[in-house]
Amino acid sequence: MSIVKEQTPAPTADGSEVGEIVNEFSIQVATVNGSGSQSANNVLMRAIFHMGVPVSGKNLFPSNIAGLPTWFTIRASAKGFIGRKKEIDILVAMNRQTVRQDVESVEPGGIVLYEEKLKASQFRDDLIYFPIPFSALAREIVEDSRLRKLVTNMVYVGSLAEVLGIPMAQVRRGIEDWFKKKPKAVQLNVRAAELGSEYVAENFQRDSRFRLRQMDKTKGKIIIDGNSASAMGCLFAGVSVLTWYPITPSSSMAETLASYLNRFRIDPETGKATYAVVQAEDELAAIGMTLGAGWAGARAMTTTSGPGISLMAEFAGFGYFAEIPCVIFDVQRVGPSTGLPTRTSQGDIFSLYFLSHGDTRHLVLLPANMTECFDMAWQAFDLAEEFQQPVFVASDLDLGMNNWMADPFEYPQGKLNRGKVLDKEELERIGEFARYKDIEGDGIPCRTLPGTEHPLAAYFTRGSGHDESAAYTESPEAYTRLMDRLSRKHETAKTRIPQPVVELPQGAEIGVIAFGSTHWAIEESLLQLKREYATELGYLRVRALPLTGHVKEFVERYDRVYVVEQNRDGQLAGLIRMEIPENAGRILKILHYDGLPIDARFVTDQIADAEGLEKE
Amino acid sequence: MSSTVKSSGNVNQLGLAMADYKGARSTLCAGCGHDAISSQISRTFFEMGVNPYRVAKMSGIGCSSKTPAYFLGRSHGFNSVHGRMPSVATGAVVANRNLICLGVSGDGDTASIGLGQFCHMLRRNIPMVYVLENNGVYGLTKGQFSATSEMGARLRGGAVNDLPAIDICKLAIEMGCSYVARSFAADPRQVVPLLKGALSHNGTAVIDILSPCVTFNDHDESSRSYSWGKEHEELLHQIDFIPHFEQLPEIDYAEGEMQQVELHDGSVIQLRKVEKDYDPTNNAHAFKMLRETREAHEFLTGLIYIDPSASSFIDRLNLVDDPLALLDEKQLRPGPEVLDQLMEEFM
Ligand SMILES: Cc1ncc(C[n+]2csc(CCOP(=O)(O)OP(=O)(O)O)c2C)c(N)n1
Ligand code: SF4
Ligand SMILES: [Mg+2]
Repeated sequence: MSIVKEQTPAPTADGSEVGEIVNEFSIQVATVNGSGSQSANNVLMRAIFHMGVPVSGKNLFPSNIAGLPTWFTIRASAKGFIGRKKEIDILVAMNRQTVRQDVESVEPGGIVLYEEKLKASQFRDDLIYFPIPFSALAREIVEDSRLRKLVTNMVYVGSLAEVLGIPMAQVRRGIEDWFKKKPKAVQLNVRAAELGSEYVAENFQRDSRFRLRQMDKTKGKIIIDGNSASAMGCLFAGVSVLTWYPITPSSSMAETLASYLNRFRIDPETGKATYAVVQAEDELAAIGMTLGAGWAGARAMTTTSGPGISLMAEFAGFGYFAEIPCVIFDVQRVGPSTGLPTRTSQGDIFSLYFLSHGDTRHLVLLPANMTECFDMAWQAFDLAEEFQQPVFVASDLDLGMNNWMADPFEYPQGKLNRGKVLDKEELERIGEFARYKDIEGDGIPCRTLPGTEHPLAAYFTRGSGHDESAAYTESPEAYTRLMDRLSRKHETAKTRIPQPVVELPQGAEIGVIAFGSTHWAIEESLLQLKREYATELGYLRVRALPLTGHVKEFVERYDRVYVVEQNRDGQLAGLIRMEIPENAGRILKILHYDGLPIDARFVTDQIADAEGLEKE
Repeated sequence: MSSTVKSSGNVNQLGLAMADYKGARSTLCAGCGHDAISSQISRTFFEMGVNPYRVAKMSGIGCSSKTPAYFLGRSHGFNSVHGRMPSVATGAVVANRNLICLGVSGDGDTASIGLGQFCHMLRRNIPMVYVLENNGVYGLTKGQFSATSEMGARLRGGAVNDLPAIDICKLAIEMGCSYVARSFAADPRQVVPLLKGALSHNGTAVIDILSPCVTFNDHDESSRSYSWGKEHEELLHQIDFIPHFEQLPEIDYAEGEMQQVELHDGSVIQLRKVEKDYDPTNNAHAFKMLRETREAHEFLTGLIYIDPSASSFIDRLNLVDDPLALLDEKQLRPGPEVLDQLMEEFM
């Protein structure tokens, strides 16, 4: 590994050099929270995206408004891997508090662009350094100190563009995308980026180790965060009542959806809204309102994260027993209260599936990518109304708040499924109505909406104690019948929820099961295991709860099945063992729970170690 | 005197009989105040000619919250969870603005576990009638003190309440409630016109009704007993309710003897002076009166505060006229061109 010192970058030769790494690396930007680096990082990511190079962006931010360290990681991957890559190849160091730690985290031979004053080069001598007076450069064009802080960030974008070979035109396009309606801001930021780029061109010889080159792999693709994707799914689900209480990392879903509704769901003739958004006083009220609206016949939803889910527990069970449709989005984060609320986790699986008191099992959808964040959002509403129960959609902070590349979403197929709702005419035709009677044997009864003008329509909604006609009862037989019918309904739901995605390579002897955002690490890890250890594994990705027969079939194929998830106790593994106790011994756990998104190398190392695999 | 609707025989203007406004047989203790209120609710809705199909009966948990099963059997009911009825009602009326929402709650349900939701319902001014059946105890869990019980109150078993009472009417006015009344389950001549006024109001109408629990809190010393109520009730005014579909009677009253308040739907409440001068449209008056009567251990009943010009949460949401719950697919799901436009923005 060539060791290159400060101010004396390695001389470069023309053409594709030995050791040159093209379109396959990660960049980490270390800044201070509240310094406005978000715009700069997004511009950088979009510039790479516009070069046709697959890219993803992850924001690692503190639970703080200003002052604490924050990191943004951009991964460019010609091969299309957009999960987290732990190894950092290129660092932009802007934060004095963390500069030592940041420099230490870079892979040997990596590149460091840093604010000159931070003297980052003192910590290691196996990296290539670019000391740049970012803030001094920004001072040349901006007087105001607050604005200068923001513009300073765009200077590093320009510098990095010059180092990596991002054409200025793409940077400009990224800036125009971001500051859409503000021509003044565009002008200023373009100037800042140019300054950064010129400084590098004048003061350093280009390093050739990491290069970005134009490709065509992002043509027609979108780059989006999961919360926006889900919000869009809700818009096309025809949601009409959104209730929410702010909590990271779910707030941006509600806020984005509210803005879409405001744009696209105002009746053009009257200027009136075909939706309502209610910011509730807490999550108990949020789910209460959602259930009230669902009961009255609206497509209703709420968004939250773990602490909110805990508060919703009583009502969730009520909704299950009283059979009221609604959709609850849980953008999962790390555990309770203060500390790591801005870090990712898959730790709500148990609580979601069983949320409430008594015998309760919910339907839980588990999106793993942007397309599923969109699709499962609208599907959740169809399922909720078809099965007349709360449906949970569980993504996580990594999916919800980070930027991912995807194919454009497809318009929902078919009509809205409003479920078995009897209106006045239908009641007249049938001549009878019993709210909780299973007529078709699928466990799903018929309902009526309040306001239906028919003497048969009314019924009384309550929790556990009701018979088929919704009359109050404490009869043991009636309760048992109710519980058994709800089980029947759950069985029916197994055939209607998203089924697992299964890959069964020939000759594989072991399997992996994962769900949600863990998918990206698995997909990349499977290739690493194949390339490095000549080992192939079967892979099943769970896309919803309850678990279906596919899981049992899959587990029975293999001697050992690793369940990989981002929580400490192996919650999905626990559910699988519970469902197929006869195979519990084959289920092994690989668990990642430090609050950062899981990465492929972690999975590969764990499996190689557990299996005693030898490198090829 | 409360007005009655002109009806031919025993049916109201919808052609429905009183029986059509009754519900299942009550399972409460014989003599429970809550049952008396249920009959007054049935009567009110019958006399007002309210279409029972448009009514949503909401409640929390408690003996009081069970009662919606015992009136208006042709209306949908929702017996929710303890203290959280306001949120469910909010969702229901937002989803269907044509519903006539009636909430029934207890003092435990409202003043303890549900205090937060109660306040936020008032702050939003959710259009609904909110009946608080106040007995000073938790009936359903067998007689513990509630937060509306007077300090120093004593249960038959000897337990003493050593915390001050929450005055629901005072709290309601403080939270911006625009229709606040207090009454007594054993005084149907007052409860009925107050309920009618509440039905004609645009926003949350709170009626705090002393509703004795004969099993746990009806002993003579209790300030939540029938005998105490009968002895101490003092009327703020005589209330007449004239619905919008009836002519105002032409009676001459001496100056200052009578106050008329026109309600949101055109109905009128007539308040005839009893002893004191009291103007229920003056919120400072209301506070003063509530403070003074509490200090004097008086039980003043009537319409305590009203602001007929209040606007409700539904007004503020700027909703389309049709209920959100009944919009069709075309109104709900934007077309493919909207998706294309959004996709473009993320490219
Ligand atoms: C979450 C929860 N906590 C406690 C209870 C038990 N509980 C049932 S009714 C009730 C009190 C009801 O008192 P109140 O609202 O005054 O009604 P009343 O029976 O006096 O009419 C309580 C505490 C419950 N059902 N749910
Ligand atoms: S316990 Fe009290 S409140 Fe409950 S039904 Fe009996 S009398 Fe009424
Ligand atoms: Mg009570």
